[in-house]
Amino acid sequence: MTQTTLPPVEKTQPVSAPHGTISDRSRAERKLGWLLAGPAFLVMLAVTAYPILQAVYESLFSYRLTDPDNRSFNGLANYWVVLSDSLWWTSLGVTMLITVITVAVELVLGFALAMVMAKALKSIRPVVRAAILIPYAVITVVSAFAWQFAFDINTGFVNSWFAWLPGVSGDTDWFGGQGTSLFVICLAEIWKTTPFISLLLLAGLAQVPEVLQEAAKVDGATWWQRLWKVTLPNMKAAIMVALLFRTLDAFRVFDSIFIMTNGANNTESVSFLAYRQTISRLEIGLGSAVSVLLFLCVVLLAAMFIKGFKVDLASARGEG
Amino acid sequence: MSRKEKTWWWIGGVAILVYCLFPIAWIVSVSLKAPSDLASGGFLPNNATFDNYSQILTGDASDLFLPALRNSFGICLIATAISCLLAMFAAYAIARLDFPGKKLILSTALVVAIFPVISIVTPLFNVWRQIGLYDTWPGLIIPYLSLTLPISIWTMSAFFREIPWEMEQAAQVDGATTWQAFRKVIVPLAAPGVFTTAIIAFFIAWNDFVYGISLTSTSAARPVPAALGLFSGASQFEDPTGAIAAAAVIVTIPVVVLVLLFQRRIVAGLTNGAVKG
Repeated sequence: MTQTTLPPVEKTQPVSAPHGTISDRSRAERKLGWLLAGPAFLVMLAVTAYPILQAVYESLFSYRLTDPDNRSFNGLANYWVVLSDSLWWTSLGVTMLITVITVAVELVLGFALAMVMAKALKSIRPVVRAAILIPYAVITVVSAFAWQFAFDINTGFVNSWFAWLPGVSGDTDWFGGQGTSLFVICLAEIWKTTPFISLLLLAGLAQVPEVLQEAAKVDGATWWQRLWKVTLPNMKAAIMVALLFRTLDAFRVFDSIFIMTNGANNTESVSFLAYRQTISRLEIGLGSAVSVLLFLCVVLLAAMFIKGFKVDLASARGEG
Repeated sequence: MSRKEKTWWWIGGVAILVYCLFPIAWIVSVSLKAPSDLASGGFLPNNATFDNYSQILTGDASDLFLPALRNSFGICLIATAISCLLAMFAAYAIARLDFPGKKLILSTALVVAIFPVISIVTPLFNVWRQIGLYDTWPGLIIPYLSLTLPISIWTMSAFFREIPWEMEQAAQVDGATTWQAFRKVIVPLAAPGVFTTAIIAFFIAWNDFVYGISLTSTSAARPVPAALGLFSGASQFEDPTGAIAAAAVIVTIPVVVLVLLFQRRIVAGLTNGAVKG
C-alpha cells in the first residue's frame, strides 16, 4: 500500500546513504518510515485532494441541487459566468482589502506586543503570556459577536463612549455601510489573530544574538538603528513565516463577516460568495467554480511568497 | 534596567492585559444584562442578572444550546484523538527515522493547513448528502481532520525532535527490556508533546464554523459555533443578544481554563520549540 506513494529511489536518496547500493538496514528503515507516516499522509490527501478534485469536476457542470434532472456538462461556462460577474470582483476586492489591512496592522502591533513580552518583568510575564493566548483560543464567532454587540447601534457602548470623535454620534450605524462594516470586521480579525503573530515574532526575537545587540550598543547605535540594522534582519525568517501564515489565513476570512453583516452592503468575501452559491442557493456548479478559483488564488499567493520572498519554511522552523 | 524603563515595560504589560481581556469582559457584561438594560449604551449592566444563563441552560433555548454543546465536545474530542494518534506515528518516523519523503509529508501538512476550508466544503456538501453522512458526527469528524491533522504533525514532530532518544539505549544497556525502556523512558518524555499538540488541535476544531454550518441541518450534529451563528432567539419576539452572549461565555470557559493551566506548553507548542517553554 505504502509502496505506491514512494518517490523514485535514485533521486531522493538521503545524502547520508552510501552511493549505489542500499543496505538492508536503511531499506528496512525506509519501509518502517512509510509504514508509520503513511496513514497520516493518506488521510491528509483524502480530506483535501479528493474534495478539490471533486470540486473541479463539478464546476464543469450546470447543476442545481433542486433541479437534478437538468444537470448537464457545460465546460468552462461556470468560470465565465463567475469571472464576468461584478460580484466576484467585489468579493475579491473586499478579501484583498481585509487581508492587506489586517496583516499590515497585525505585523506592527504584533511586533510591539512581542517586544513588550520579551522585556516584561519576570513577575508579570506568566500573566501576560496567559492573557495573550486568550484571544487566540477564543472562538472566532464569539469574538465576532463581542465586537458586533460593542458597535451595534442598540446594544453597543462605542457610540456613547466615542461620541466626541468627529463622525461618531449616538446614532452612528456602523453596519449600515461598506466602509464602516469592513472597519469593524478588520478590528475583530486584528484583535483575534495578532497574539498568534506576536508569539511567532517573540520566538524570532529570542533568536537574535544578544552579543550583536551589545556590540551595536557599544558602537553607539541608537535604539532605532539597532531595531532596523540588528533586530529585524536577524529575525527575517520568523517574520516571513508569520506573514505567510497570516496572509493565507486572512484570505479565507468568513466567520466574522457571516456574524456581523451576513454579506450585506458589499462586505462579501470570496469564501462567503462560495458558501452562498453552494449552501444557500444550492448552485453546486457555480459554487464549485468559485471554490476552485479561491483555491487557485491561495496557491498563487503561497507560490508568490515562497518564490518571491524566498521563504524557506523548512529552515525557519528548524527542519534544516 | 533603569527605574523609568521598568515602569514603561510594566505599563506595556498592563496595556496587553487590557487589550486581551477587554472584549471578553464586554461579552460577560452583555450576558449579565436584562433585556431592558441592553440598549442602555453603558458598558456594565445596571442590574446584573443570570436570566440569560438560565434561558440557555434550562429554559426555552436549552434544546438548541445543550445538544450543540454535546456535539461540539464529542466531535472535537474524537477528531483530536484520531489526529493525535495518526500524527504520533508520523512524527516518530519524521523525528527518528531516515527515509525519503520526510519533506514531502511535512510540505503536504503545510499545504493542507493553508487550504481554504470552503473549497473542501462545497464538494463535501453534495457527496455527504448522497452517501448519508450529512448532518452526522462522522460527517464532521472526517473534514475536521483536515484542520487538526496537519498542525498535529508539525507540532508533534518538533517536540519529538527534542527528545533525547539515546536514553532508550542507555536504559537497555542498564538491563531494561525494550518494552520497559519504551514505557519508563520514552513515554514520559514524549507525553508532554503529545498532550500539548492535543490541546492546540482541540482549539482549532473547537473554533470551526464553516464545516459546522454547511454540513449540518439539525441539532443531531450541529456544533456550538454554528448553533450560535444561526441562533435567532427562542421566539421571534425575543432579542437573542443576551442568550447569545451567555452561550458565548459558556463556550469560552473551557478554552480559558486550558490556557490558564497550560500556557507555557501551549506557547512552546505554537512556536514549535523555537522558544524554550
